[in-house]
Amino acid sequence: MNKIVKLLFLLFFVGLQLIARSQSQIEMADDFRGEGKIYVVIMVVLLLLGGIFFTLFRFDRRLSQLEKQMGEEK
Amino acid sequence: MKYLMKAYWWKLLTVILLIYTVIGGFLMPAPRLPILNETIRILHFHVPMWFGMIIMFLVSVFYAIKYLSTKNLMYDLYAEQLVNIGVMFGVLGIVSGMIWAKFTWGESWSNDPKQNASAVALLIYFALIILRESLQDDHQKARLGAVYNIFAFAVLIPLLFVLPRMTDSLHPGNGGNPAFGQYDLDSDLRMVFYPAVLGWTFLGFWMATLKIRAARLQKHLDYE
Repeated sequence: MNKIVKLLFLLFFVGLQLIARSQSQIEMADDFRGEGKIYVVIMVVLLLLGGIFFTLFRFDRRLSQLEKQMGEEK
Repeated sequence: MKYLMKAYWWKLLTVILLIYTVIGGFLMPAPRLPILNETIRILHFHVPMWFGMIIMFLVSVFYAIKYLSTKNLMYDLYAEQLVNIGVMFGVLGIVSGMIWAKFTWGESWSNDPKQNASAVALLIYFALIILRESLQDDHQKARLGAVYNIFAFAVLIPLLFVLPRMTDSLHPGNGGNPAFGQYDLDSDLRMVFYPAVLGWTFLGFWMATLKIRAARLQKHLDYE
């Protein structure tokens, strides 16, 4: 009887540890970050975003100029 | 809208918010979740597309109603361009969702109720754009477009927020899945997610105001 209880306890704690380990071992891109390569990704995305913003601001300014011209003609 | 078209500060805010979204979204700590792993960060890019779409459609309905009560074509122009940009956001949302789903749910299209419902919703809005294009007269276009717009929005809400919750869905917060509140509870994600929603939505409004202003200039030329 005592042995069975001990065995159950053992199984229970081993199980708990397995669950805890599987949760801390969820794979994330830790190495990738550690090597600093994530900054390359950020730089590239920011560059693209900057290009989009540049274009939008240019459209915006061009439209403002045209609106001004239209207003003057009337 | 009128204010947004004149004011400038919110465009700079958009730039700042989106730069913050990219840097924060990639660098801030994210919860370690099974299956999702690092892809949880797509939350800052995929979900704001849908938030932006809903907000633009909502404002569009507001201007559709305003057109119907005033018959001012300017309001129709607001409604039209907001739907156009909203649909673009919806398409980006669905495609980004498919890419995300491929790596987490195993298939890009698993006939998830929310996926199907959002596809139907987008088809309804495509039909609105086609309906408008098929009419010649500006006022007829505006009147039919406004009425359709209101009904389309009335169908959109149950399609996206009610029906998927009544069956099992893979999307969080639907069916037997854990609620959206689960990410919400994670304050790391929340710190980037809310600014991201604001930034992407502002970007959509910015694009819409540019299109409205260009269309308004074209109308001036047409009348001359």
